[in-house]
Amino acid sequence: MITLTHVLALSGVLFAIAVAGLFLNRRNIIVLLMCIELMLLAVNFNFVAFSRFSGDLGGQIFVFFILTVAAAEAAIGLAILVVLFRERRSIDVEDLDTLQG
Amino acid sequence: MFPSILFTLFSVVLIGAALGVILARNPVHCALLLVLCFFNSALIWLMLDAEFLAIVLVLVYVGAVMVLFLFVVMMLDIDTERFRKELAGYWPLALAVAGFVVFAIINVIVVRNLGGADLKLAPALPAHYSNTRALGTVLFTQYAYPTQIAAVILLVASVAAIILTLRRRTGHKPQDIAAQVAVRAKDRVRIVKMASEKGP
Repeated sequence: MITLTHVLALSGVLFAIAVAGLFLNRRNIIVLLMCIELMLLAVNFNFVAFSRFSGDLGGQIFVFFILTVAAAEAAIGLAILVVLFRERRSIDVEDLDTLQG
Repeated sequence: MFPSILFTLFSVVLIGAALGVILARNPVHCALLLVLCFFNSALIWLMLDAEFLAIVLVLVYVGAVMVLFLFVVMMLDIDTERFRKELAGYWPLALAVAGFVVFAIINVIVVRNLGGADLKLAPALPAHYSNTRALGTVLFTQYAYPTQIAAVILLVASVAAIILTLRRRTGHKPQDIAAQVAVRAKDRVRIVKMASEKGP
């Protein structure tokens, strides 16, 4: 049987992999966006699991809204990326130092 | 027994694909492995009786978001080999942070026994239970207002994405539809009255 612990552990491992990916692909914005999608997926796993095991549909509604916002985020992020590439011919994070941050 | 085997299989493929996403050298491979991740997640969500969200994950994420990602990856000419070499030194830090996250989460759910015993087994669903119908009932009554806000967010996002990427090139000559429609015959053709000429 699948228990809540199994699903939570799976989502925890998934989240950790995504966090490691943020460090390993620190320069490439497009892979960073993919890692953020992986993190959101791990969070959605928690919501679905708790929704199922506590018998409350509110968690699944929340996943619905997270998917909506994530789709909006991906669309705007990729649009910014395309404009950035057009201006700079590069998507390296290190090249974005105009503000001297 | 059989659900456990399936869950293990999907989990192993999911973790492997997620590792592939962060380790693959080619961004196109990253995107395709992320698609595999979403498919396996959808399968696991199906096993957790979240059928509607599983289908939405495949339709929205694989069908729209990942296709968008693939478009952008293939449109941009990225030299990833350079990034890889410079970031080889970040391995220990990445492993340490990932290990800490796993340790913290396992600590919360196993050692502290999150949720207690009453959340260990899923409550049985009634016969003829339809996840889509139940979700729709809640979504359009209790959560009707947030649903409208979500729709507005999507509209704003798509308008923003179009405005951001709209390119105004200098030097090219677009049609001016209004001027074309408003034009009259007398603007283009001049009728001249003249006497006919004699031939030689």
